[in-house]
Amino acid sequence: MKAIVLYLHVHQPYRVRQYTVFDTGQNHDYFDAPYDDRTSNERILHKVAEKSYIPTNQRLLDLLRNNPGFKLSLSITGTVLEQLERWSPEALRSFQELCTTGQVEIVAETYHHSLAFFYSREEFEKQVAMHREKVQALFGQTPQVFRNTELSYNNDIAYWADKAGYKGILAEGWDPILDWRKPNYVYRPSYTNHIKLLMKNYRLSDDIAFRFGNQAWSEWPLTAEKFTDWLGSDQDAEVYNLFMDYETFGEHQWEASGIFDFLSHLPEQWLGAHRDHAFLTVSEAIGTFESRDYIDVPDTITWADTERDLSAWLGNPMQQTSIKELYELEKPILDTGDLQLIEDWRRLQTSDHFYYMCTKWWSDGDIHAYFSPYETPYDAYINFMNAYHDVRFRLLQKGVEV
Amino acid sequence: MLGWELPPHNSGGLGVVCHQLCKALSHKGVDIEFVLPYSSPHDIDFMKITPAHPQGVAEVIKAGGAYDSYKYTYHDGHEEWVDLYGQQELYARTVASLAEEKEFDIIHAHDWLTFRAGLAARQKTGRPLILHVHSIESDRAGGGRDSGNPLVKEIERTGFMLADKIIAVSQHTKNMIMRDYDIPGEAIEVVHNSIEKAAMPTLSDRNVYTYLTALKQHGWKVVVNIGRLTVQKNLPNLLKAAQKVVQKSPKTMFLIVGSGEQYYELLEQSAELGIGKNVLFAGFQRGQGWRDAFAVGDLFVMPSVSEPFGLTPLEAIQYGTPSLISHQSGVGEIIQNCLKVDFWDIDGMANKIVAAVDHPALRDELRRNMQREYDRLSWNDSVDKLSALYDRHMQKTAEVAA
Repeated sequence: MKAIVLYLHVHQPYRVRQYTVFDTGQNHDYFDAPYDDRTSNERILHKVAEKSYIPTNQRLLDLLRNNPGFKLSLSITGTVLEQLERWSPEALRSFQELCTTGQVEIVAETYHHSLAFFYSREEFEKQVAMHREKVQALFGQTPQVFRNTELSYNNDIAYWADKAGYKGILAEGWDPILDWRKPNYVYRPSYTNHIKLLMKNYRLSDDIAFRFGNQAWSEWPLTAEKFTDWLGSDQDAEVYNLFMDYETFGEHQWEASGIFDFLSHLPEQWLGAHRDHAFLTVSEAIGTFESRDYIDVPDTITWADTERDLSAWLGNPMQQTSIKELYELEKPILDTGDLQLIEDWRRLQTSDHFYYMCTKWWSDGDIHAYFSPYETPYDAYINFMNAYHDVRFRLLQKGVEV
Repeated sequence: MLGWELPPHNSGGLGVVCHQLCKALSHKGVDIEFVLPYSSPHDIDFMKITPAHPQGVAEVIKAGGAYDSYKYTYHDGHEEWVDLYGQQELYARTVASLAEEKEFDIIHAHDWLTFRAGLAARQKTGRPLILHVHSIESDRAGGGRDSGNPLVKEIERTGFMLADKIIAVSQHTKNMIMRDYDIPGEAIEVVHNSIEKAAMPTLSDRNVYTYLTALKQHGWKVVVNIGRLTVQKNLPNLLKAAQKVVQKSPKTMFLIVGSGEQYYELLEQSAELGIGKNVLFAGFQRGQGWRDAFAVGDLFVMPSVSEPFGLTPLEAIQYGTPSLISHQSGVGEIIQNCLKVDFWDIDGMANKIVAAVDHPALRDELRRNMQREYDRLSWNDSVDKLSALYDRHMQKTAEVAA
């Protein structure tokens, strides 16, 4: 059997509004920008729901119904689920409908799309549990396979997931890690006995996620037929792990690029080409194939940038100090028992806030690589720190000095 | 080349820019004769300097700055004081007669005071006229499209209509020329200023601002502005922001370096705002008093209403100080790594100053990245653009002649 494992990641953060030092100690509404502002979470959610979630889910649902062999896996963060519940119940329903087909599997992760694993194991575990409960409540599933934020991965994370009882874990199929091996097999993380590892085939994934609409690309235009021919040509491959942001469909690649047509033709092209061809969800792939080797990842890898590390989130002193100071509030915040305060603190943990502070493209003048609702990384930092200080102010009001 | 001032007899940035630009052009092989409205000793060897003495005048002495009245001493011994507008007329007449004696291919004139001279020379010789715009009247008047002296605006309007090419020192200035004078964009080319780093004096061990240096050792932070105290520079708004900053971060000092017609008004305003002890006025400074002001700062602020280019943030980073500039500043087009705010947004200004003063990580990251951008700057790109422009116009002249 030769299987495609299509895994899509759905996420929206709670962006911090233009929040000044004069708001600190006055207003606690960090995430409530006016509707027409660049940082309005409501407006952005409406836009993404309309351009991406609703039309893509409509097509996915048709495909699932028409092709019983078509399968896919989704991870959906708690922060986007909340926003869907609040601002686009229609889009949320469409995700739920996908799951009722029985051909869609939800992947585990942190509720707040945070980097908590690297700062507080306790907080991390709480967020994973929160996410599990949310998924159970909305989709009636208990996730079996884990992915950490931004596909960050190392031996420790795999060890943790193994002990936590997950059947599998996802990571980037980065060449320096794979060495002579290909990502097209199931592996096992070093120092584990049960859990298996699926590694993203980034070349094939990026053909869809990044290069699809690029008319200067030599393979443009990419059709489902051409793509499945490539996949079929590797005789020995067992799994093709196509991992990407869900928003690839309709948001990163616009409808006019033909991305929806590509998606619509992919199942019949792949399944029709050979009787051995299949689509599998992540846990099906793990159950189907034996692990071929151990993969050792002492240093953290992610699915981002040419560096494939955490430098886009934690590379500069603004990012390092702000995240460290945020996690230092953990105990006093949790001790208050104030659910709103705890939730605001958790929303500030979302990795996107630190990504917006990234200066590595900015300082090279390559500002086109900077996807952010803020004018500069410095504005992102200033808004974030003013909100952070307001969290401290709220602690102070409760008599907690930090 | 027609210009109004050159160092050391300059009152502001224009003289410095003309000097550095001509030096870079002459290194590129351009043969320049620079016609000034006054005579004085200088140590410039890369181009010929010619004083434009009107007929019968033996000497023109500058009384103060380049924009004050001049004393004209005639051969017959009598003396006459002439105001700026009168000088500008005399200069035009003199340049017209000089033009008939001289050999040249291009007339390149800097700012309105030399525009009529440029037009006169063009009329006499038919050589192409390039007007180089470092600021326009509405910038200097600081009150929007309709502000400024109508006589000056008339000179600018006529010049822009008749010039063969207009050079603006920023896209911002180009937009202002299009807005104020309805000049089509094709007639205007943007050539950004740069900075000659080798010409910047180095710091000595001891900073002359002893008091501020001592305060800094006790945890105070210093915010610096250097520039003329005039409407364009928007200092009243900076002082209003300073009041708000001091409320949030009381250990902040504002150092204002420069002279100008707003001096007494600003003194009074700082007293009225109750921040007299947080604002130091150092007056006009050259040499060490000037460069040490940049160096003593933790943040440099240029909040101008409209700044065609604005060299001072580049000078500030040379001395290790990051900047907050207004969005209405041309230098922001070549420097990404600085804080930016709209000139009217007093709260926004205060918010960003407080952030810079309170967060070393923000200052360090700004400094590090702005330094990298600064290191890449040179006059080469600008001079290449200019000499290409010269070539095009000389070719055109040749075609017309043929």
